[in-house]
Amino acid sequence: MAALSRPTLPPPTERFTLLGWLQKNLFNSWYNALLSVLTVVFIYWIIRGLLVWATSVAEWQVVAANLRLFLVGQYPVDELWRVWICLYVLAFISGASYGLWSRGVGAFGIALLAGPLFLSALPFTLNLRLLMIGIAVTGFFGWLLAMRLPALFRTPVTWSWVLYMVFVILMVRGFTPAGGFLPVVPSNLWGGLLLTFLLTVIGIVFSFPIGVALALGRRSNLPIMRYSSIAFIELVRGVPLITVLFMAQLMLPLFLPAGVTIDRVLRAMVGITLFSAAYLAENVRGGLQSIPKGQEEAALALGLNGFQRMALIILPQALRAIIPILVGQFIALFKDTTLVAIVGLFDLLGIAKTVLAQPEFIGRQAEVLAFVSLLYFMFSYVISYISRRIEVAQGVGER
Amino acid sequence: MAKKVFPFFAFLIVLALVITACGGAQTPTASGETSTEGQPVQQTVEVIKTVEVVKTVVVTVESQAAAPALPAPPAGYGATLKTVQERGQLICGVNSQVPGFGYVDSAGAFSGFDVDYCRALAAAIFGDPAKIEFRPVTGSERFTALQSGEIDILSRNTTWTLVRDTELGGNFVHTTFYDGQGMMVPADSGLTTLEDLNGGTICVQTGTTTELNLADQMAARGLEYTPAVYQDADGTFAAYAEGRCDAVTTDKSGLVARRAVLPDPENHVIMDVTMSKEPLGPMVRHGDDQWFDIAQWTVFALFTAEEYGITSSNVDQVRAETTNPEVRRLLGLEGDLGLKLGLSNDWAYNIIKLVGNYAEVYDRNLGPNTPTYIPRGLNSLYTDGGILYAPPFR
Repeated sequence: MAALSRPTLPPPTERFTLLGWLQKNLFNSWYNALLSVLTVVFIYWIIRGLLVWATSVAEWQVVAANLRLFLVGQYPVDELWRVWICLYVLAFISGASYGLWSRGVGAFGIALLAGPLFLSALPFTLNLRLLMIGIAVTGFFGWLLAMRLPALFRTPVTWSWVLYMVFVILMVRGFTPAGGFLPVVPSNLWGGLLLTFLLTVIGIVFSFPIGVALALGRRSNLPIMRYSSIAFIELVRGVPLITVLFMAQLMLPLFLPAGVTIDRVLRAMVGITLFSAAYLAENVRGGLQSIPKGQEEAALALGLNGFQRMALIILPQALRAIIPILVGQFIALFKDTTLVAIVGLFDLLGIAKTVLAQPEFIGRQAEVLAFVSLLYFMFSYVISYISRRIEVAQGVGER
Repeated sequence: MAKKVFPFFAFLIVLALVITACGGAQTPTASGETSTEGQPVQQTVEVIKTVEVVKTVVVTVESQAAAPALPAPPAGYGATLKTVQERGQLICGVNSQVPGFGYVDSAGAFSGFDVDYCRALAAAIFGDPAKIEFRPVTGSERFTALQSGEIDILSRNTTWTLVRDTELGGNFVHTTFYDGQGMMVPADSGLTTLEDLNGGTICVQTGTTTELNLADQMAARGLEYTPAVYQDADGTFAAYAEGRCDAVTTDKSGLVARRAVLPDPENHVIMDVTMSKEPLGPMVRHGDDQWFDIAQWTVFALFTAEEYGITSSNVDQVRAETTNPEVRRLLGLEGDLGLKLGLSNDWAYNIIKLVGNYAEVYDRNLGPNTPTYIPRGLNSLYTDGGILYAPPFR
């Protein structure tokens, strides 16, 4: 009963009150008070201006009339169902992944669900709105299903993401001749957000293994491997992406024998992938160098061979360390794909430029560019959010 | 040793990826071609073609006697038409950012004056204006795209100049649109001549003949000015609308179209100066005269159809009733003009029926009922005071 003999401390006097919070955080000195007031006025002024413009000055018909162009470019209307199927599968896998990994309801999940529901509330055609609601329902169903599954199912869901990439390309491109079940849609008709996504995803998926291979090649003891890796990395890093794209689009045909043509979108994809791989290689090399030599020696002492040391000990640690850098690079890649607009491909920005030339909508730059920027922001933010979740799951910066 | 195995393995991965990337390259084109073959409609077209081939054979037999006197055609003659026919599609380099001349409409289809010329050419070759792939090209890449064979023809408001006709390896087909560089200023500025602009700032799009003309004209008059250059037309006119320069210059067609959509069109005037000749027309590669002739006479067929009042709606009636020998030759009722071009005899009929005559094409894209109305001016037939004049069809 010795503990009772100690004098009982009074309860903490500081309670949360709005005034108290304001005084402590915003008005604790005269210059802080001044700063707070100025900032609030400034924010109010900007937001008010934006809202007034968006609701009364801007004419959003240009976006409504060209929504299909923005999203899929000149993709044939009769084949649009394929893109919808891709979206439904995406909603289902996203819902399932969210259910399996986060195990609950969070702000991000609600935001994911609210996105399509919000779009379905906008004055599009009834058909489109129903399809949007369908996407939200599918995502919710995936989440509901995954909540009942054990964590064991995380591996197959991870693989389903990899398969999904292949599935999307097969669905979007098609593989049967005209009149078949999935007629081929030539890539010059792909456009808008669809093309931007495909360029980004292909760029990320392929540049990652190439980049890792280049980074390992640069650290290799074999001189040919090392010097060719160094030459490739330095050469590609030494030129701007736009010149790589120009080379691929314009100079390449001059070198190819007559009659041989390579698909233009494929050329852009290869250009972006190689460019991104060179940068990724240097990031991965930074990660590799951050691993203490003791790790390698310990692995050696355990009798692991070269491949096992790299694949099981060094690389997993190196890659974990550079997740934020990798994500930063992928977001940059997402936005770099806009450069293909300069070589005449209709990605999201390219299609925005041609929409601006429609005689009935000339001079609507502000609306079109605001809409396109909003789309870019939304997707960049989603990528960055997912990366933060991965960092938390991997314990980066904690252990 | 084990340490050295891994880089080698990595190299193998890279190699495998490169090989798969190259392998993938072939598939789209190959299956893309198969996909265009299978449709029943296109098979009918092929049947018609076979009939034409029979005709060609007859003609060749007739001309056989005179053949030894003719020199052999140079290398490359006829190559483009053959490529296009084998591909089953014309690839046309167009602009995607000029209102009225080349853009993608809300339905996702290319539209515009330059685009319709491509349709006319496809109609002449295939009898189907839809057998065409539009390739949007930017101002800086257009000539390389033509030289490298990426596109069969460039129809992208390109000004005919000596350097482009020679050094850039192209041949300009007859001009389809006569334009000239003008200058637009705010009405209340009181500026009326180029001399008034001395010391001022002028918005201009970079990489165009417009920029060079402006420099030439101002230098010739000994005037100082600050050029404010922009990468595209949208940026140039947005800057002008925001008052960042005293005047804006581009071709008059562009000025008229852009003025219509300024927030206050009535407050802007186009100066009464023409700073350049801007004959805009399609361009083909050097080295294939047959292709040049086809492209050239497609333009003339559009002119001549307007001259004789043949439109897409009355062409069938005219074909059934006409007794005018030139119209009969144009529509393929007499003679073999189409065969001489390497096409079918109803090539001009197809152009008129499927795309229209010059006036129809013009009014559809630049006529009084469009937001991009440009008065016809020089672009009227010679009979109406313009300078459009087609050589005789005989």
